[in-house]
Amino acid sequence: MISYIVRRILILPIILIGVTLLVFSMIMMLGPYQRLSTYITDPSQLKSVDVDVLVARHGLNDPWYQQYGRWISGVARGDLGWSESAGDPVAEAFLSRFPATAELGLFALLPVVLGGIILGVFASVHHNDFWDHVSRVLAIIGWSVPTFVFGLVMLMIFYGHLGWFPPSRLDSWAADIVNSSGFINYTNFFVLDGLLNGNLAIVGNAIRHLIAPVITISILWWAFIMRITRSSMLEILRKDYIRTARAKGVTENIVVYKHAVRNALIPVVTVAGRMVLGLLGGLVIVETIFNIEGLGQFMAHAAQQLDYPAVLGGTLYFGFLLILINLCVDVSYAVIDPRIRLE
Amino acid sequence: MEWQEVALRLFKNKISLVGLILVISFGLIAIFAPWIAPPADPSEPYMVPRAGWGFEPKPPSAEHIFGTAEGQYDIFYGIIWGTRTAFRIGFIIVGVSTLIGILIGTLAGYYGGWFDEIVMRITDIFMAIPFLIAAIVLTTILGQGLRNVMIALITFGWMNTARLMRSQVLSVKEEEFVIAADALGAGDVRIIFKHVILNTIFPLVIEASMRMGSMVITASTLSFLGIGAPEGYADWGQMISFARNWILGGQGNAIRYWFTVVIPGTAITLFCLSWNLIGDAFRDILDPKLQ
Repeated sequence: MISYIVRRILILPIILIGVTLLVFSMIMMLGPYQRLSTYITDPSQLKSVDVDVLVARHGLNDPWYQQYGRWISGVARGDLGWSESAGDPVAEAFLSRFPATAELGLFALLPVVLGGIILGVFASVHHNDFWDHVSRVLAIIGWSVPTFVFGLVMLMIFYGHLGWFPPSRLDSWAADIVNSSGFINYTNFFVLDGLLNGNLAIVGNAIRHLIAPVITISILWWAFIMRITRSSMLEILRKDYIRTARAKGVTENIVVYKHAVRNALIPVVTVAGRMVLGLLGGLVIVETIFNIEGLGQFMAHAAQQLDYPAVLGGTLYFGFLLILINLCVDVSYAVIDPRIRLE
Repeated sequence: MEWQEVALRLFKNKISLVGLILVISFGLIAIFAPWIAPPADPSEPYMVPRAGWGFEPKPPSAEHIFGTAEGQYDIFYGIIWGTRTAFRIGFIIVGVSTLIGILIGTLAGYYGGWFDEIVMRITDIFMAIPFLIAAIVLTTILGQGLRNVMIALITFGWMNTARLMRSQVLSVKEEEFVIAADALGAGDVRIIFKHVILNTIFPLVIEASMRMGSMVITASTLSFLGIGAPEGYADWGQMISFARNWILGGQGNAIRYWFTVVIPGTAITLFCLSWNLIGDAFRDILDPKLQ
């Protein structure tokens, strides 16, 4: 297993360079004048100098490998470049938006995974009867509703009509407290910071703002987790050792929850790992609709503005995350189930 | 399992029957669109007619049974002709990306060795970029428009099929009937087509059916973000993007403009639901572990 991990880690930089080359080659499909627009913040900049001079100054007419080389050597020095759409260096723009996304993701993870597993176990226990069909159809409906439609309807009903779950991360009075000098931002996770500062009003307000986005994300992924849990449970429930347990007179609850569920959850681990990146796709939409200033909203915005230093930095970051998560999943898979040998 | 038996089971299964009926209904709507919602200008049937130039959406009425969206675009017309757009987007994206995936996966799995290694690492690279972000970047670079949305989604949509196909080929390759065909002197192309692809077709169909829904959702998401269909084009995602300014309603009535979101939203949801129901039932039928 050690050699497997080492090989995977060795291949990581190759994949990452491939990812950035892929994104870079997409950007190079644009002409130098179009790419110059990333550097122009104000039309008056174009009055004083000739456009061709500007193109030459930023090296936009150089061969692609020189331009890529400049970018990658910057990355090697820890400089991801300047993001025009954020008005900040790329690394800082990411850092300041990371807590919002991470907080949302962490709060979503538990209801998503737990809800999906409960639904899946429920459906498998009721295999092929009425409740199995109902829970499956509900889950497929959840999978079929586009995130942006569900988010808009949530906003319309629970914010516009009922006034329960407002968008953004905090109400303005709470944001004032968070930004004041008396409040220490340890992590920028507002729920956690509120607790650390002993300010329960902030905690409550932050949670209130999280409920609608978390529900919107969960709906999408329940079907996914449920599907895997159900088929894995059905397979396990047919095993000889389950029959033996039943024959010994073990109660049905213990058979299902103690003997079967534990073994059935192994495939769910892999899926939950792969889901993290899929979650990000959902977060792009959820953050845009609920006006949460996180990485997803930033990436979507940067991509539309062709703010390519930000896009390149972002893909590098998420590519790294994905490969790392996949590695952890593979290893944990082998640890949970000793029959699996990594090679 | 023979395909006749599979088809029979699909019809007998209530879940997939609902899906089939929905798909057929959408198909009929798409075919008969010119009669259900006659275009004002037959040369440009995909442009949604406008009932005036007012900004505020108007609720359903006798004249516009689903109401009008921002800019007085007729929602009913947009839904009917949007069905054609959805089918076109879905079939082209899923069809082309599945073919690419089959080609790449089969070659990698069948020939193996260093070729397999390189191809699968390239697949990894494509998979390491978040799908929606990659689609947004490529569409923005190519320029707004449905054709470019389709190119972007195909470019980043073939990897799952390729991986699925490769693993299928790897398991079939060692089967006796393939070895026998090889021993009898059948050529590579013949073995790949006749013995490998035809024996792995069902998982691919499931995968494609599930992807119909998700690709139509992604394409409509891009339209919603404003980089998909041009303004006024009959596309469900765009119909919903017209609703963005109106979701909080007005004059003390927040759900006043519900129809601008709910009606096009229902159309997309039902369309994806139909394909997902079929795919889900299909998967159950073909999963030997669940028999």
